[in-house]
Parts: sequence; structure tokens; C-alpha cells
Amino acid sequence: KSRRAIPLQEMPSQDPLVRRNNMEEVALGYTESQVKLEAMRCLQCKNAPCISGCPVSINIPGFIAAAAEGDFEKSIGIIKESSSLPAICGRVCPQETQCMATCTVGKAEKDVMRSVQIGRIERYVADWERENDKIQVPEVAPSTGKRVAIVGSGPSGLSAAFDLRKEGHDVTVYEAFHKNGGVTVYGIPEFRLPKKIVEIEIDTLVKMGVKIVTNFLVGKTRKLTDLLEKDGFDAVYIAAGAGLPKFMGIEGENLVGVFSANEYLTRSNLMKAYDTANSRTPIYHAKKVAIFGGGNVAMDAARTAKRIGAEEVHVVYRRTEAEMPARVEEVHHAKEEGIIFDFLTNPVKILGDENGRVKGIECLKYELGEPDDSGRRRPVPIEGSNFIIDLDACIPSLGNNANPILSNSTPDLEVNKWGNIVVDENNKTSIDRIYAGGDIVLGAATVILAMGQGRHAAESINKLLKA
Amino acid sequence: MNKIIRKIQLSDDVFQMEIEAPLIAEERKAGQFIILIVSEEFGERIPLTIAGADEEKGTITIIFQAVGDSTKELGKKSEGDYIDSLLGPLGKATHIVKYDKPVVCVGGGIGVAPLRPIVEAFKKAGNEVISIIGARNKDLLILEDEIRAYSDEVIICTDDGSYGRKDLVTAPLKEICESRDPAEVVAIGPPVMMKFCALTTKPYKVKTTVSLNTIMIDGTGMCGGCRVTVGDETKFVCVDGPEFDGHLVDFDNMINRLNTYKHQEEEHNCRIGLDSKGGEK
Ligand SMILES: Cc1cc2nc3c(=O)[nH]c(=O)nc-3n(C[C@H](O)[C@H](O)[C@H](O)COP(=O)(O)OP(=O)(O)OC[C@H]3O[C@@H](n4cnc5c(N)ncnc54)[C@H](O)[C@@H]3O)c2cc1C
Ligand SMILES: Cc1cc2nc3c(=O)[nH]c(=O)nc-3n(C[C@H](O)[C@H](O)[C@H](O)COP(=O)(O)OP(=O)(O)OC[C@H]3O[C@@H](n4cnc5c(N)ncnc54)[C@H](O)[C@@H]3O)c2cc1C
Ligand code: SF4
Ligand code: SF4
Ligand code: FES
Ligand SMILES: [Mg+2]
Repeated sequence: KSRRAIPLQEMPSQDPLVRRNNMEEVALGYTESQVKLEAMRCLQCKNAPCISGCPVSINIPGFIAAAAEGDFEKSIGIIKESSSLPAICGRVCPQETQCMATCTVGKAEKDVMRSVQIGRIERYVADWERENDKIQVPEVAPSTGKRVAIVGSGPSGLSAAFDLRKEGHDVTVYEAFHKNGGVTVYGIPEFRLPKKIVEIEIDTLVKMGVKIVTNFLVGKTRKLTDLLEKDGFDAVYIAAGAGLPKFMGIEGENLVGVFSANEYLTRSNLMKAYDTANSRTPIYHAKKVAIFGGGNVAMDAARTAKRIGAEEVHVVYRRTEAEMPARVEEVHHAKEEGIIFDFLTNPVKILGDENGRVKGIECLKYELGEPDDSGRRRPVPIEGSNFIIDLDACIPSLGNNANPILSNSTPDLEVNKWGNIVVDENNKTSIDRIYAGGDIVLGAATVILAMGQGRHAAESINKLLKA
Repeated sequence: MNKIIRKIQLSDDVFQMEIEAPLIAEERKAGQFIILIVSEEFGERIPLTIAGADEEKGTITIIFQAVGDSTKELGKKSEGDYIDSLLGPLGKATHIVKYDKPVVCVGGGIGVAPLRPIVEAFKKAGNEVISIIGARNKDLLILEDEIRAYSDEVIICTDDGSYGRKDLVTAPLKEICESRDPAEVVAIGPPVMMKFCALTTKPYKVKTTVSLNTIMIDGTGMCGGCRVTVGDETKFVCVDGPEFDGHLVDFDNMINRLNTYKHQEEEHNCRIGLDSKGGEK
């Protein structure tokens, strides 16, 4: 009873009017007393329905109980049995559709957002570990003499590298970019996930003896099969991500001032273009910007545009707020920062001026019809409702398809009709000794799912190498 | 980190560098390029064509014109210095075929650098190669000897007539299309030059290949910043190209897109100019 009386602990955040002019993290993290209070809201359910909502089955009541007692060392230890990237997942997991969705407290209060704030507690203990220099480099088993190559340094590749190295294999990660971390460094902005956190995770891997080779595009710098046949690797894990931006295929999409979210975010995050005084990479300065889409990618693009200096930023989305796939917290933050949402609206054409630069978009109004296969109500265009919004840049942010570089250069690698690599229940591909997982298999998914697949594949590879 | 083994200044603002990159030297083919960052902290990713390679030594050669911020920074590097990152080989290789009729290779300005390995590859495949190379004046003409080494015939054009013919490269190109019935024309140079080469060959229905130099970041098909309109399709130059059918490319759109950041780039250059006042030019 008394537990139910503890108020839900809100996340302290930077003032919206201040933060929309800087790149620093928006959510500041709980204080010690807040985390204990929030942890005490957990009912310690015997059946722990929350665990089944977490894709990597973290012992949620276990780590929360330790946090409530203030034993953060024990708490982080419990999380790390199942997840190697809690400081990242605590920040970016869509908790409301995962662990919080099945939480008893949320059920009782008939509002998933009032569930125990599992991710915020997870973030606190992970930050506590890092800030107090408690991150331990796990012990590495004696060398097995086996070598594993990992393609891509996103969450999936990193977590596989961690597990495989722990078993004593010699692990090399190949990354196309000059920095490691995948989408967590080039896509997700600093104000949501500080790069420092990802860097520290990678430092731990390096301390464990994982070799990381940047500026290496498997399929071009070296053929995938050459890693096995010429370079002496015993197995390969492909974690190349989705990484092929979707466009809408409407007129005017190649005008100057139209950028994929990937391009816009990469310029800002990876290349630091927001730092105009120092960065050599430019970014487009527009006064009025429209983002197309309703997912996390769209929220990140919109909030970045605001920070780059746009006066007016619109998110143009075909359905309504209820159908938006973005994390609830991001939508909330975006609104606080003054992002304008144009729901039930879709662009049909991008308009250009005499220099081939964007000057506006022509849109169509929509209404919701019958539910489609995904269960969401289908948006139906209202004929003749066309109208024009004047603006000077647009950012299609519709997510990503599978990048075909590896499959094009490896004819024997089986992919489905969307280009995603086909794997069996052990994450093995159509080629022996080659495994795959994360977004390149799942299609654009989430950090935690990509990480979970990395761990599962590592287990399969480990079995193969020990056989 | 890749070491600069040799640096040669080819003209006022054109440099040739031989850089250590053994894996790229082994895999690269004519027509492919690399993306480099001179210094990582705040550096920019810029694409440059692989102008040659020595597999034995494990080096590749780049030839670049110092036109702006990043290329000027690169031009200041000396032998023995390092480049922070270098990724490649990127893009598709040139499609080299043995024809019965001559192949015409047209290069303008810095475009002669990416043209050179293609001239060599066509010659080695047994083709009759006619090369047309042009520049604004004699001093800016690069790689004449290297092009001669693999061409059956070389025509030189300068805008001011200081060397060779006083003509645009399109003039001899038109004559050859009329009199020699070439099998293929490959044109590499400033976008305007490629546009007019394609317009020149179009009435003669001669297959015309151009190599596009759009703005890039990753070079792996991830950002879409390098996209161009080819026929009624959108293509990514870094993975679908860099070579395309010149008769289908929407050059006007491409030229507009190349100017996306013109204003900011010029400002940046001015600032850098001010910084180095009093130092070397
Ligand atoms: C803008 C944005 C916001 C997002 N927000 C969230 C969020 O809030 N919460 C959430 O859970 N998920 C979010 N996601 C999704 C999440 O980031 C991905 O699901 C996750 O990063 C996938 O991990 P991965 O390891 O499979 O691939 P990636 O993170 O894509 O990493 C793949 C890496 O492989 C490299 N690579 C690719 N091909 C090759 C090759 N041939 N050779 C060498 N290297 C190669 C790439 O350069 C890249 O670094 C977001 C995605 C984007 C784009
Ligand atoms: C496939 C390819 C091969 C190329 N090969 C060569 C070569 O062999 N030799 C050579 O001298 N040049 C080559 N270029 C052009 C070279 O990349 C640009 O000159 C260089 O990026 C200019 O950068 P900057 O900072 O020095 O100049 P800036 O002043 O910043 O830019 C000058 C102009 O260069 C273009 N540009 C700017 N940034 C980029 C970028 N990231 N990617 C591409 N273009 C950009 C823009 O049109 C811009 O207006 C190639 C380009 C491509 C796409
Ligand atoms: S990893 Fe994600 S889903 Fe699992 S408990 Fe943590 S926040 Fe919830
Ligand atoms: S379901 Fe909610 S209340 Fe129950 S153990 Fe899990 S987090 Fe605690
Ligand atoms: S440079 Fe990014 S897709 Fe071509
Ligand atoms: Mg530049």
C-alpha cells in the first residue's frame, strides 16, 4: 500500500528554451534520492511480468531492489548479466512498448507511462558505475587460438565482440567509418545520447583486447569471403546495420535543400557540423524546415534542425499522434522545444525555385480509415485538400532499408526481398561460418534488439568454435 | 593513419601524393576512388579518385587541386606526414571493353587525373585510344606524358591557346565523332565540360561515359547526399557510380546540388585566409 503512495519521479531536464540552443543532453538523470524513491515504487512481483517485456530478459525486480537499497554496485552487476550497454539502453529503449508495457504498476494505474520507470533506474546505476570509475574490465578466458571477424561497430557488433572476447577468442571489429558505435554515434544526437558514453563502452572492449579497425569497408576493402579464405578468420559476424535511407519517390526530392535524415544527422553528429567555428563539414542553414515521418529518426532530425538554428520546424506525419512510432518521451521533448506537428498530412510534391532550391511543399490532408495489417488505422487522403507550406529545406526521415554493399559483393549470401540477410535460429547465414544479426537482419529495429541478436550470435559462434 | 611517401607539385595548386595503403592498392581498379580525412578531430570527409597504384610497394596515388578548405589543408602536408583516415576503394570500376573502333578519352583540368588510369586500362585491353586533354592554359595542363604513354593520339586544347589548339575540348570531340565513328567516349572534368561533351556526342549516338563528382560524406550508400538524377531514376554516385551514361544525367540538377554549401564554403575559406596572413601563401 505505502509503495503505491510514492509519487512517480519525473526526470529532471534542461529548460526547453535553453536546451534548444545547445547540444548537451536534455534529460539530466535522477538524483540518488529520486532513484531510490522510484525503485521503491516497484512491487517486486513474484511473476515479474516486466522481464518478459525486455528483449534481453534483464532481472528487473532484482536490479531495482538493489537500487532501492542504495547498493548500486550490486544493481549494475545484475543488469550486466544480461546487457552490456545499459547506459545506452536506459536512455534510448522504447521502454513504454517493452519493459514498462507489462509492468503491474502501469496496469493498475491504467497508464503505461505511470509504470515503474525501469529505464531511468537502469540509466542511473549505469551512470553511477561510469562516473565512479567502477567499470570493470571483465576477465578474458585463456586464448582459444580461434579468430572471429565482426563487420560493423554498432550495438550489435559491439555486444557480440564483448561476449566472444570473454570466451578467449581473438576478435577483430571492422568499421567503415572513422569512428565506432554505428547509429549511436552517427545517427542518435548528442542531446539524447552523449558520445562519451559510447566511447567508454568501446574503451572497455579495447582493454579486453578486442582489435578495432576503422576505415575498412568489408565487401570493398576486402571481400567478405576473403576474411575466411585469405585472412584466416574462423568465423564472421555481420552487424552492418540497415543504412540505406528511404525516400518518398515524390517530385522534387533531388532539389537542393532536401536531405535524408541520415545525411543531416551524420553531418551534425559524426562530423560535428553544429560546431560551425571548428568543423570543416558544412550543414544547411534553413529558416523553415519540414521533417517527413513520425519515428525516432524524425524526432532527432527535427530537434537537430531547431538546434542548428531553424526558426520554424514542422513534423509532417500521415497519421495522428497515437500512431507515431517514436518514443513518447522524444515527442514530448520535441513539443516542449517548439516543434510544430502537422498530423494527418503528407507531402505530395516538393517545390523548387529558379535555382533548383526548395521553396515549399505541396501537401494533402488525410483522415483515418480502417485498420491495416499492422493494426494501425490506415490513413486515407482527402481528395482536393491540397495546400502549400512555404519553407526552405525538407528532411525525409522515413527510416532505413538494408544497405546492399555486402550482398552485392557476396553472391552466395542469401537475402530476402527487402535485402535483409536471411539467418536461421542460430543467426547463421546461408554461408557456413558466417553469422548475421541486428538491423541488417531485422530491418531498422532498436538498439536493444540489435544487442540481443549480437549476444545470441556470439553464443552460436562460440558453440561452433568449441566443437 | 596513412603515411605520405611522396609529394609532387604538378602546377600552382595541383598536387600528386603517393600514400601508403596496401589493401587498397591490391583491390582497386580503374575508376574507383577513396574518401579521406586529413585530420580527424574536426576534419571533413572528401572523395578523391585513385589516380594509380603500386601493388608491390603498397601505395596509391592521388592527384588533387587545392580548391578549398580541406584540399588546401591536404596540400600543406609533406612527405613523411600522415593522413588520419583513408577509406577505399569505393565505387564501381570502369567497364573496360575491347572495341573494334576507337575509344575517345576526354579530360579537362583536374579531370585528367581520374582519366589517366582509364586511358591505361583501355589501351591495355587492346583498344585504339584517342585522348583529348584540356586546361585553361599551358601551366595548368597536367599529366601530358602519362596520357601520351597509353594513347595512340593526343589532342591538347587550352582556353588561351598557350599550348596546343585554342579550343574547348568539345571542338575536336565533335570532329572525331564526325570522321572516326568512335565506339565510346569517356569524359571527365568539370560538370559543365561533361555536360557539353554529352551534348556534343548525342547527335552521333556515341556511347558517352561521364564520372560524376557529387558531394559525399560516407561513400557507402548510407546518406544519399551524393544522389543524382539519371534518366528518370535517382542514383547514388558513391555506390551506383561514379560513372554513368552521360546522355541520361541531369547535369543542371547536379551542378545546383554541388553548390549547396557554396556560400558557407567561401566564408570558411575567407576565414582561413585571414588566419594564415603573414605566413605562407
Ligand atoms: C536517427 C536514429 C535514431 C534512433 N533512435 C533509436 C532509439 O531511440 N532507440 C532505439 O532503441 N533505437 C533507435 N534507433 C535504431 C537503432 O539505432 C538501431 O536499431 C541500432 O543501432 C542497430 O544496431 P546495429 O548494430 O545492427 O547497426 P548500426 O548501429 O547501424 O551499426 C552498423 C555499423 O556497421 C558499419 N558497416 C556497415 N557496413 C559495413 C561494412 N560492409 N564493413 C564495415 N562496416 C560496415 C556501419 O558504418 C555502422 O557503423 C535509431 C536509429 C536512427 C537512425
Ligand atoms: C568520386 C569523386 C572523385 C573525385 N576525385 C577528385 C580528384 O581526383 N582530384 C580532385 O582534385 N578532386 C576530386 N574530386 C573533388 C573533390 O572531392 C573536391 O574538390 C573536394 O571535396 C573539395 O573540398 P574542399 O574542402 O577543399 O573545398 P570546398 O571549398 O569545401 O568545396 C569546393 C567545392 O567542392 C565540392 N565539395 C565540397 N565538399 C565536398 C565533398 N565532401 N565531396 C565532394 N565534393 C565536395 C563542392 O562542389 C564545393 O562547392 C572528386 C569528387 C568525387 C565525388
Ligand atoms: S534493456 Fe530496455 S527493455 Fe530491457 S529493461 Fe532496460 S530499458 Fe527496459
Ligand atoms: S512488473 Fe513492475 S512492479 Fe512488478 S516487478 Fe516488474 S517493475 Fe516491479
Ligand atoms: S556519399 Fe553518402 S550515400 Fe553516397
Ligand atoms: Mg570543404
